[in-house]
Amino acid sequence: MKAKPKLAVWKFASCDGCQLSLLDCEDELLAVADAVHIANFPEASRAVVKGPYDLSLVEGSITTAHDAERIHKIRRQSKTVITIGACATSGGIQALKNFADHTDLIRTVYAHPEYISTLPNSTPISDHIFVDYELRGCPINKEQLLEVVNAFLNGRKPAMPEHSVCLDCKLQGNLCVMVAHGTPCLGPVTHAGCGALCPSYNRGCYGCFGPKENANPRALTVHLQEMGVQRDELLRLYRSFNAYHSEFRKESERIEQE
Amino acid sequence: MERAELGHLIDVLQREGREVVGPIFRNQAIDIGPITTEADLPIGCVDEQERATYRLTRNGSARVFGFSEPAASFKPYIFPQRQRIAAFRREGRGFVDEHHEEPIPRLALFGVRACDLAAIAILDRILLEGPYVDESYRRRRESCFIVAVNCAQPGGTCFCASTQTGPNCTFGYDLVLTELHAKGNHRFLIEAGSPDGLEILEHLELSEPTDDDIDFARRQREHAADSMGREMNVHGLTELLNDNTQHSRWDDVASRCFNCTNCTLVCPTCFCATIEDTTSFDGKQAERWKRWDSCFTLDHSYVHGGAVRVSSRARYRQWLTHKFGTWKEQFGMLGCVGCGRCITWCPAGIDVVEEIEAIRGSDEKVREEVDHG
Ligand code: SF4
Ligand code: SF4
Ligand code: SF4
Ligand code: SF4
Repeated sequence: MKAKPKLAVWKFASCDGCQLSLLDCEDELLAVADAVHIANFPEASRAVVKGPYDLSLVEGSITTAHDAERIHKIRRQSKTVITIGACATSGGIQALKNFADHTDLIRTVYAHPEYISTLPNSTPISDHIFVDYELRGCPINKEQLLEVVNAFLNGRKPAMPEHSVCLDCKLQGNLCVMVAHGTPCLGPVTHAGCGALCPSYNRGCYGCFGPKENANPRALTVHLQEMGVQRDELLRLYRSFNAYHSEFRKESERIEQE
Repeated sequence: MERAELGHLIDVLQREGREVVGPIFRNQAIDIGPITTEADLPIGCVDEQERATYRLTRNGSARVFGFSEPAASFKPYIFPQRQRIAAFRREGRGFVDEHHEEPIPRLALFGVRACDLAAIAILDRILLEGPYVDESYRRRRESCFIVAVNCAQPGGTCFCASTQTGPNCTFGYDLVLTELHAKGNHRFLIEAGSPDGLEILEHLELSEPTDDDIDFARRQREHAADSMGREMNVHGLTELLNDNTQHSRWDDVASRCFNCTNCTLVCPTCFCATIEDTTSFDGKQAERWKRWDSCFTLDHSYVHGGAVRVSSRARYRQWLTHKFGTWKEQFGMLGCVGCGRCITWCPAGIDVVEEIEAIRGSDEKVREEVDHG
């Protein structure tokens, strides 16, 4: 029998929520444990098996010089690297600091700023190393995590479409909250993956999965403004978990300069 | 038929072993869903529809069908969002076919408008009468009994009179209702369009319509046809669109479009789907699923080496020129039935009628034989 692929989970600046999604896969966890050898998973066990690893799942963003080094070591030891969640994929909510002066922020937040050593920006893993696959979401969707691991094990393409949340919204048979209720919704510019969770509960989409392919937030801004959404609120919409992600970042910067 | 008999009609359909689906009030709008009694119908509801806006009010009227086309069409019942189309289990060196067809419920589609009847006829033509028959669609369609209803008041985005698909039902139904509601008189005109429909009529308590009833129905029909929310000149659309593949309007609309797919998914005639494969962790089982897709996604135009329609401009142009132009060359009729859903439910407020008028009304005529979009 072939040796089971070695799986490692790594943590950078993050809340652990994405790693926990893996533990949350109660029903499927046994099947996962059957199919892979879990070599490093700090949330689940302290035992660490030495590399190299077949598959590394990376959670969190790079915010310190030390981490910027560490991620290269992980890449060297891993055949495949998959980032999990908005922090690892776009810098996360902590990337809000990228829009401000980080020394000011440190002085405001910490009693002893002299003990804090951090990089000015919170950056996605792909700014530092080559990433094989990025899993979106804050947090990730556990079905998608299982799908990407499953596809990896079976050597096939994961079914992970890059289309809008709207498409999933219609697959669920939801009514559009923007049209029917006048509720602002980021669905039209947001990457699918959550199964249109918020619109299914009559809330607008918050953009947890970041921009979809070919997103057009500029057009959405015009439409939201016509609906009466004010500048501050628009900035808050684009500046959340994926504030630093390409189109969302560009659009919030454009609004700021307007 | 007296108003009181409407509930009886629903009962009779259910007694025939049918699940009745039709307009229901859900989440501040009219949707399509299961109907078990006439109380499930959105009685006294009036909709206001405009581009990117849908608002529903209850006006206290006793009118049963006082609204226009519901948010959803009947498409999910005959062409479901997702369906498994194959399943295999690895055994030894080969595979065992584990797929089985789901039992399909016998349905009664209730309160189908003329536009949606025409849309079903278009899907029939494409999925049943072409060289390849969609078996799942065939089984679902054959299970449907259709109770249509003539529109008394078109919605703000309706333009079926232009596409000649409404507002009156002329074919494709088993029964058709016309609601007669005026000055204390509340009755329905009910007509059969098939032997199955005639059979259902035998279970109902009916009376002959009076001359007044027939006259009222005629005037109501004329009024509906004259009060469309929109009007579209459909003359020579195929040529118009084929002659303007490089029109500057495509850039203009692309700047407004989110390529979010809503227009195509709410459209009762859009039938694009994609294939997704799944496996079990141990790789011993595999399934193939078919799910709705749209010409507005990048993956939809993926061919070996990359996607063909990358820009929003190319995607929007594909949707409009197919639906209103090349569809005719391909299937022999217009792909649009004028229901207006894509106008109401486009969250960007893009209006197909306006887009086509903009191209027709301009002096530009720009075509390029080779176009890489
Ligand atoms: S509710 Fe939001 S996600 Fe759903 S269709 Fe409307 S805009 Fe798109
Ligand atoms: S036309 Fe409207 S509904 Fe269609 S993809 Fe563009 S923005 Fe979405
Ligand atoms: S193109 Fe628009 S108006 Fe025409 S049938 Fe489709 S949704 Fe209805
Ligand atoms: S498009 Fe025509 S048939 Fe359809 S709801 Fe409107 S008026 Fe009725």
